Amino acid sequence: MLRRLLLTSVFASGLALSAQAADQVEVLHWWTSGGEAAALDVLKKDLESKGVTWQDMPVAGGGGEQAMTALRARVTAGNPPTAVQALGFDITDWAKQGVVGDLGAVADKEGWDKVIPAALQGFAKYDGKWIAAPVNVHSTNWVWINKKALDAAGGKAPESWDELVALLDKFKAAGITPVAHGGQPWQDATIFDGVVLSLGNDFYKKAMIDLDPEALGSPKMKEAFDRMAKLRSYVDANFSGRDWNLASAMVIEGKAGLQFMGDWAKGEFLKAGQKPGADFVCIRFPGTQGSVTFNSDMFMMFKVGEDKQKAQLEMASAIENPAFQSSFNVVKGSVPARTDVPDTAFDDCGKKGMKDLAEAAGAGTLMGSMAHGYAAPAAVKNALYDVVTRHFNGELDSDAAVKELVTAIAAAK
Amino acid sequence: MAQAATAPSARNYLQELLPRLVLAPSFAAVLIFVYGFILFTGYLSFTDSKMLPSFGWVGLENYSKLWALPHWWRALGNLGIFGSLYIIICSVLGLGLAILLDQKIRAEGVLRPIYLYPMALSFIVTGTAWKWFLDPGIGLEHTMHQWGWESFSFTWIKDRNFAIYTVVIAAVWQSSGFVMAMFLAGLRGVDNEIIKAAQMDGASNLTIYRRIIIPMMRPVFLSAFVVLAHLAIKAYDLVVALTGGGPGQATELPATFMYSYTFTRNSMGIGAASATIMLIMIASVIVPYLYSELSTGRKS
Amino acid sequence: MSAAAPDTAVRTASLTRILIYCALILFAFYYLLPLYVMLVNSVKPLDEIRQGDMLSLPQQFTLDPWFSAWSTAQIGVQPTGLKPYFLNSILMVVPAVAASTLLGALNGYVLTKWRFPGDNLVFTLMLLSCFIPFQIVLIPMAKVLGLLGIAGTTWGLSLVHAIYGIGFTTLFFRNYYEAFPTELVRAAMIDGASFFQIFRRILLPSSGPIIVVTVIWQFTNIWNDFLFGVSFADSYSLPMTVALNNLVSSSTGVKEYNVHFAGAILAALPTLIVYVVSGRYFVRGLMAGAVKG
Repeated sequence: MLRRLLLTSVFASGLALSAQAADQVEVLHWWTSGGEAAALDVLKKDLESKGVTWQDMPVAGGGGEQAMTALRARVTAGNPPTAVQALGFDITDWAKQGVVGDLGAVADKEGWDKVIPAALQGFAKYDGKWIAAPVNVHSTNWVWINKKALDAAGGKAPESWDELVALLDKFKAAGITPVAHGGQPWQDATIFDGVVLSLGNDFYKKAMIDLDPEALGSPKMKEAFDRMAKLRSYVDANFSGRDWNLASAMVIEGKAGLQFMGDWAKGEFLKAGQKPGADFVCIRFPGTQGSVTFNSDMFMMFKVGEDKQKAQLEMASAIENPAFQSSFNVVKGSVPARTDVPDTAFDDCGKKGMKDLAEAAGAGTLMGSMAHGYAAPAAVKNALYDVVTRHFNGELDSDAAVKELVTAIAAAK
Repeated sequence: MAQAATAPSARNYLQELLPRLVLAPSFAAVLIFVYGFILFTGYLSFTDSKMLPSFGWVGLENYSKLWALPHWWRALGNLGIFGSLYIIICSVLGLGLAILLDQKIRAEGVLRPIYLYPMALSFIVTGTAWKWFLDPGIGLEHTMHQWGWESFSFTWIKDRNFAIYTVVIAAVWQSSGFVMAMFLAGLRGVDNEIIKAAQMDGASNLTIYRRIIIPMMRPVFLSAFVVLAHLAIKAYDLVVALTGGGPGQATELPATFMYSYTFTRNSMGIGAASATIMLIMIASVIVPYLYSELSTGRKS
Repeated sequence: MSAAAPDTAVRTASLTRILIYCALILFAFYYLLPLYVMLVNSVKPLDEIRQGDMLSLPQQFTLDPWFSAWSTAQIGVQPTGLKPYFLNSILMVVPAVAASTLLGALNGYVLTKWRFPGDNLVFTLMLLSCFIPFQIVLIPMAKVLGLLGIAGTTWGLSLVHAIYGIGFTTLFFRNYYEAFPTELVRAAMIDGASFFQIFRRILLPSSGPIIVVTVIWQFTNIWNDFLFGVSFADSYSLPMTVALNNLVSSSTGVKEYNVHFAGAILAALPTLIVYVVSGRYFVRGLMAGAVKG
């Protein structure tokens, strides 16, 4: 099956060759909103200046879900794109199918091994070979607080769970919605990332990454669900189904106190003309300072005909160019995947993000985000979504949720 | 001319065969691309396929996993609620509107396209419009509050026990106009002489509709049922755009379940098992119905 | 009133008529509501939408979202708007609709006028094919398209749509031709007319209404399809719906709802026009036989 797949793919790329002569890359991605696409356009222009044409294949939706479906059809048809935006375990899963390319030539020459954090390499390399070029690192354990609301509540950013609860109570007393949240499974799970991490790095690692049944069924996990239930009580009645950016808007307008969300939320604040430090405050989820749960966008490279390999390597090299890493991530709200990029162009939250990332990478507390597919494969991730969402919506109590989590993850493994 | 004797028979033979030859490509395409693929899916449901098809035989494992999932039971239950309400309301509403519109309404030319147009729109975005409208924070409830009706409450879309009914509302909106058109066409085809004769006998309008006209709509009910049932089973865009399956899993349907397991959860085996069960359910509802309709059609 | 209109068989009193009008208008509101929401929000600046009152009329009227959706909105890396994708969709829809309609007409003709043993079984099998959930055909279909060498092309997409449209088109034409007098066909046969002559000269000329129904149905379904478009198209052949989806559901960026709604209406314009213009023929076509079992 696999060999036939490869044969057809060679055959198909041979056909494509006759039609298109020049160096080109076909890129499947889901960055179609203004800022993201503008950021990606930098890469496109850079490649064009080197004589590589960019064929755009955008498929938005659900954090790349639609794009991954399209990719499956493209690979099955033997017509894979040159480069595909991908996340975490999806990359490993594709690598296992034997359909990805090899970036060794560029990676060795440019010394990627030294500048890209090991936690990221775990995904960008398979079997010791570079197969994907990381573009950025998002971290998911952020909290975005309305500065005015915070000042009214004493002005001190919470550093522990108890302080967080106290702050939320003050928000409630002040008559605003304490937590701006959108009830979609991935958003619920994003909060869950932070909550579990706040119960300890080891616990996060054991439960979310090693999927240790003991940790998953432990009283600590019940504590995590209890905390989720507590947070649930600070959410407004209309939260379910709300897009995350509408939740951000609630914080921006002062209708809500804070939002738990990854650093892409910063773009919404900046777009609304707000300044970090002055209008909004960015902190790590209380109790998780020093650790980072990451989510990194990478371009996974597929096996293509020899005629296209040059362009493919050209693109990989352009992605890891420090200048591109800086300019792209300034726009995107994330931080560079390389740790040697100067932080001069970034705002305060960006600088903090880069510092936190470097620290966590050094201390071994840079861990994959469960909510975003960097802690466990898709089947497990979604099994966790199911439980977290059902619990958050009151279908399960904390005890039942713990039990359900253990069985659901065991079934999905 | 030596073949004159055989030529006509060969020609007759060809004439005989030609209709079937014309039908053959379509039939072959359907056999391969529908039934062949169904067999393929059935086969996959017994394999360990994850991200792409693979052919390690695992027996009934996928099925036992599937039936152990509360998620799947939820989806089936929701299809029962959604499917029956959707088909019944669309049929009743479609027939009702068609009867009203058939009363020599002056503005029919304006009203008909208004009822029909939702079918023309893709749910990718009308779903968003509905989502907003149903959202208590910004939609109907909010507006009613602003208009001074403070006690007005409409929070179904946020309520896990009622959210599935909002899916019905939006789905009925989309297809009832089409059903209306089908019934309207049926009503226009009714022979006026029959009705006049009934009126002579002193039958009231209600009786005429109940006893004479509506029973004559039987074939329309069949077509409507076929169209609606297939839309109900395939309902996917609608749920994704309106609720994303939530709150929780309150509005998951088998179509969303199958897509999610096959493509986003990399559990193609379980996805294929759910598809197989869906297909069996579809066949067990549709085949007897079609069979009885086709055979009565033959008799009359 | 009924005297003036001889074909009005059922008479109604005037109070009832008022009630009927009220009911009809009430339902018109129900059907127009989402369109109103979309229209009204497509001419508001984004800030006004953010304030959260989506049913009110715009305080500040603007057509910018419409221009943006058409020509400058971000679909991919470049701000192209929906404009370039229209052509892709048209190139995909036209051959698919033409092929499936023609095949449906021929099939309906054979199934009603050239009956053979087992024809009902064939028809049932074709009809059942309407019910297949499209999600299950993605992977095997991709394989077939790859083997045929038309993966990622507009032709491949058209082919897929044509194949999965055959069930419905055959249903429509079969039911229509069922009501067509078989005597005419017999007479022509006795006169020595061939299979195709009878189809072309006798059935086709009177098939206008059902062709309208079939074309509308197929056009709408194929134009609005997303799943096949996203799976079987490549960067050269992405249809409108995929572009619209890219506009609407970008994941981690600012959502410009006003542009989304404008884009949605733009994308639906061809089908809307088809419905409004041909609405009358549509009902006439359904009336002429499409709905008869």
